[in-house]
Amino acid sequence: MSIKDDDVILRVENLKKHFMPHQGLLQSLSGKPKKLIKAVDGVSFSIRRGEIFGLIGESGSGKTTTGKLVMKLIEPTSGKMIFNGEDVTQTDKARTQAYRRQVQMIFQDPYASMNPRFKIRDVLQEPLIIHKIEGDQAKHEEMIIKSLTEVKLNPPVEFMGRYPHMLSGGQRQRVATARTLILNPMMLVADEPVSMIDLSTRAEILHMMKDVQRDLGLTYLYITHDLSTARYFTDRIAVMYLGKIVEMGPANEIIDEPLHPYTKALISAVPEPETGKVDLIKELPISGEIPSPANVPPGCRFHTRCPYAKLECSAEAEPELMDAGNGHYHACRRWKEI
Amino acid sequence: MDTILEVKNLRLYYHTSKGVVKALDNVSFNLKKGETLGLVGESGCGKTTTGVALLRMPSPPGRIEEGSQIVVDGRDIMPLSDKQIRKDVRWEEVAMVFQGAMNCLTPVYTIGKQMMETLQEHRDMDKVQAAELIKEYLNLVGMPPEVMNRYPHELSGGMKQRIVIATALFLKPKIVILDEPTTALDVIVQAQIINLLKKLKKTFDLSFIFITHDLALEAEVCDRICVMYAGKIAELGTNAQIYGKQGPMHPYTEKLLQATPLLKKKVDTLSFIPGAPPDLIDPPKGCRFNPRCHKVMDKCREEEPPLLEIEPGHMVACWRCVK
Repeated sequence: MSIKDDDVILRVENLKKHFMPHQGLLQSLSGKPKKLIKAVDGVSFSIRRGEIFGLIGESGSGKTTTGKLVMKLIEPTSGKMIFNGEDVTQTDKARTQAYRRQVQMIFQDPYASMNPRFKIRDVLQEPLIIHKIEGDQAKHEEMIIKSLTEVKLNPPVEFMGRYPHMLSGGQRQRVATARTLILNPMMLVADEPVSMIDLSTRAEILHMMKDVQRDLGLTYLYITHDLSTARYFTDRIAVMYLGKIVEMGPANEIIDEPLHPYTKALISAVPEPETGKVDLIKELPISGEIPSPANVPPGCRFHTRCPYAKLECSAEAEPELMDAGNGHYHACRRWKEI
Repeated sequence: MDTILEVKNLRLYYHTSKGVVKALDNVSFNLKKGETLGLVGESGCGKTTTGVALLRMPSPPGRIEEGSQIVVDGRDIMPLSDKQIRKDVRWEEVAMVFQGAMNCLTPVYTIGKQMMETLQEHRDMDKVQAAELIKEYLNLVGMPPEVMNRYPHELSGGMKQRIVIATALFLKPKIVILDEPTTALDVIVQAQIINLLKKLKKTFDLSFIFITHDLALEAEVCDRICVMYAGKIAELGTNAQIYGKQGPMHPYTEKLLQATPLLKKKVDTLSFIPGAPPDLIDPPKGCRFNPRCHKVMDKCREEEPPLLEIEPGHMVACWRCVK
């Protein structure tokens, strides 16, 4: 790909994660072959230093599994991950620990991701203890205050003494962000960080995350199903379908000039706050639902739902990502005709 | 158009040990036949509480207070006994698709058995007849009859939502309350369900109350929009009045709309509303929105604004709109 190597903080090459489903006794006696669940099935992308990279997809597209692979919470079946110039696909325990310090995660549910019996001080000190960050209590407090200030929870000292249940959803997500910042990471993986937050405060959290990113020069991998926030929040977007990236490029281009029929369908389905649409039945270019990753269709994996599919789409080999110029990649062989 | 539902001075209070939570305070609106009325607002503003109140089943310690009126198709249901409500109103006249209902299907029964339960409870029907009816309704929501023998875990979220909608329509209600019916679904499935709901509404001559926090979705579904804040109506207007050129009149609606990210238009900054909805045991003096309002005046802190009709069909509770 055209991005220069030293600009890249994370390069993922042909990453795969296949799960072996659990089989009952009868099934294994019946001798039927097991069907692999191909959650992530050959994903490649590069994230530049200091950019916000969005991974978009429906449930079942493999976006969260990709996030977990990047966090090294699960082991890939095959493929390569190069972080900051170093191959981190296979690492020993100590290196994994060090990697997790550099790549931190913000989880979806700010209500479940914090121990209810911990005060905010303890919530933030826990990563310091786990990663054996040197310093006495006073030094740690100083770091806690610094990270709370970075996420604009003022006055920090007051918040340190509170319990999670005393905070609103938005404040919790700020604490969750502070908890990642305290380790001075280079990259954050945020999996649907605002989907459980009220619409009125969603923008506030996204603003805060963007400010923090600019102030500290961080890189984000933002995982979501919500195209509207992705457009607002990200620099580049990759659209996933059934374990593979089908389109990737600058956020504005993906939304304004999508090339892949799946991206087009996603965009047409998003509601917009405009009047005059109540009596309309929305025309949806694609029908049905995403197939099971245990039964990935042959050829182009989208052909079963694609309105433009021809025989070649199912008969020939799956198209790889092709360059359409300006860093805009797509995986549709008929893109010029549609 | 005839009015199918009229709500007058609806008050629902929770009597807790800490004090009285005024979850709904003098809410009045009506629903016309064949209309979809949207209820929007942040969490904790009384949207779902309104829905549950219309079925007359507030969760304890909630109580619908004296003086509230809920008139369904010309009959006030407040004086009815619980037994009558169960027999005549719930699911017979007013049905509700609860939030996350698709996750409440029993995992150990087949879809057919669960749907059968509703029918056997309310209708004198043998199993063969009931199975026929279930198949008919499954077809209406776009599902093959084999689904009857499936278990919930074998179905996707969109399919389960279709089952729940079909079950709500079984007894031919006149009004269906839909509480966040598409919130947990992906956008394409969401659009499919919305299309389905629009078709069913025509087929069965239904009236909808559509509860959601998503103003963009509301714009595509609702004829009229009722914006709620802290247990009260802040603004009520037609789709064109809220989403049209002139835009909404209440600062709360205005901010909510500005906080909705748009897909087709790139914006540099999104707006948000600082703070959170107030504690309803001790709501702020004056207008309940005043501590968070960007257009607040002195009067707003002192006196509560009345809900006034500022143009035909457009009601706003804001001192800025009172001439």
